[in-house]
Amino acid sequence: MNILVFIKQVPDTNEVKIDPVTKTLIREGVPSIINPDDKNALEEAIRIKEEYGAKVIVITMGPPQAETALREALAMGADEAYLLTDRVFAGADTYATAKTLSKMAKKFDYDIIFCGRQAIDGDTAQVGPQLAEQLNIPQVTYVKEVEIEGDTLIVKRALEDGYEVIKVKMPVLLTAIKELNTPRYPSIKGIFEAYREKEVKIVTAADLGVDPQEVGLKGSPTKVISTTTPETQRAGEIFTGNVKECVQNLVQRLVEKHVI
Amino acid sequence: MNEYKDIWVFAEQREQRLMNVSLEILGEARKLADKKGVKACAVLVGYGVKGLADELIKYGADVVYVIDNPLLKNYTTEGYAKVIADLVNELKPEVILYGATYIGRDLAPRIASRLHTGLTADCTGLDIDENGLLLQIRPAFGGNLIATIICPERRPQMATVRPGVMKKAPKDEKRKGEIIEIQANIKEGDIRTQIFDIIKEAKSKVNIEEADIIVSGGRGVGGAEGFKLIQQLADALGGVVGASRAAVDAGWISSDHQVGQTGKTVRPKLYVACGISGAIQHIAGMGNAKTIVAINKNPDAPIFKVADYGIVGDLFKVIPALIEEIKRIKNNEMA
Repeated sequence: MNILVFIKQVPDTNEVKIDPVTKTLIREGVPSIINPDDKNALEEAIRIKEEYGAKVIVITMGPPQAETALREALAMGADEAYLLTDRVFAGADTYATAKTLSKMAKKFDYDIIFCGRQAIDGDTAQVGPQLAEQLNIPQVTYVKEVEIEGDTLIVKRALEDGYEVIKVKMPVLLTAIKELNTPRYPSIKGIFEAYREKEVKIVTAADLGVDPQEVGLKGSPTKVISTTTPETQRAGEIFTGNVKECVQNLVQRLVEKHVI
Repeated sequence: MNEYKDIWVFAEQREQRLMNVSLEILGEARKLADKKGVKACAVLVGYGVKGLADELIKYGADVVYVIDNPLLKNYTTEGYAKVIADLVNELKPEVILYGATYIGRDLAPRIASRLHTGLTADCTGLDIDENGLLLQIRPAFGGNLIATIICPERRPQMATVRPGVMKKAPKDEKRKGEIIEIQANIKEGDIRTQIFDIIKEAKSKVNIEEADIIVSGGRGVGGAEGFKLIQQLADALGGVVGASRAAVDAGWISSDHQVGQTGKTVRPKLYVACGISGAIQHIAGMGNAKTIVAINKNPDAPIFKVADYGIVGDLFKVIPALIEEIKRIKNNEMA
């Protein structure tokens, strides 16, 4: 059994800073992590490998430094790692991303494709379903439990007020949520192997055989036309200093305004 | 591209009941359609759902397309994607809106990918620009920026819209519209997933969306233990406990308390943000509260910019003092 896991390296969003003048992301000094939902996807793939036997192939698209995320995935227990990196991939929206990833997926004979539900830098949850469609395979999103019976998966898909139990034949694409499992920490041996014995293979647009017009910014149907920092909505009254006085002032205002 | 017209909404129903967000996006579609001088249409998919079409008309639809078939009784990605994509290819709407539910977020990207068009997730604002394009507004980069996105060259322009952000139109019992039944071209083999069971879990006791007073805790609360203090303040005010994404992700409190872009959108009379820095991802969920109070030790925290009142200080000192003061005032009232 072959399992493909698509992951994304993301900035640790709680530490994201925006340049107030250029309104772009300040990347210097911002730590990068494997996107949390993707880590659950990877953990589940490794769990299936341990239980049923499988080859886990981890793939990411990103700048050269995304190699770090792949090394971490190898250290956790993935068998092979591929980094899709090329200038023409830059600026891809979810459609162009899914299109590029689908070209990579088609190079393998896969049974399960795992993605995280969504990445914390974009929160779109779109790439998984878009990829499944490009590959013409079924999808189950928001997966919180996976069982294998022969060539069939029995998965629990979370809903707002419960869950569905879904039966689906492989090949299938699943998107993981954090309820699925608790990702392991890499072992010392795993880290050693990831850096000394395993390889991260680089894949360019030419390697994939994609038309540069179809990928990256050029292949993206959506365009970001402006970004603004959120406007100040209210001119607030801020109390500082002695806690007791602050609290009395606050409660007085709330009482005056009939809020409490 | 000029052959594409009309604004559609996916009228999501579950067990023959319309989702609230469907009526919200229909209200928005109505406004956008009026601005462009086109029709607002609802696409109603399911089995035994024709009866819901009138409701959609009363809430602003000019046309309701009903796709009713036993194979569409429960939502499946492939079943719904097929019948909707087929209808899009036939009738060519210019815009399609979906509620950003667990179903809408599964369905819309599948359809977008099939139609080779763009899709913007979880919009918090929509508008039409001078060229008639749909402006899709959403928070980006963890909510630190607001991005405006367009889909200039592909059709339809598609967006999911987060529940609780748009307003329903007032219900007009006398409103007239057209109901058009569409034959679904679908067979069993088109649907490769099989729903075995649908399990309802007991609805959580917290219903922060309907609370008048919410006291929320964030990263500054420091741990599950700190949320006891947040609960005490909520109790003193007669409110419920909310939380930022940071607190939920850290596992200090369950996700049904989460307020923000990836959580719930709330409009209470009073929102008290404790130890919450105020990323737009959070503000997207509570910015419409009537009165906002922020307690944070960092005077530069963005939450103070959206607050009506703020206290700069350590929440572990401020909240106990605040509880005491509230109790004192309430006791005085009673006396």
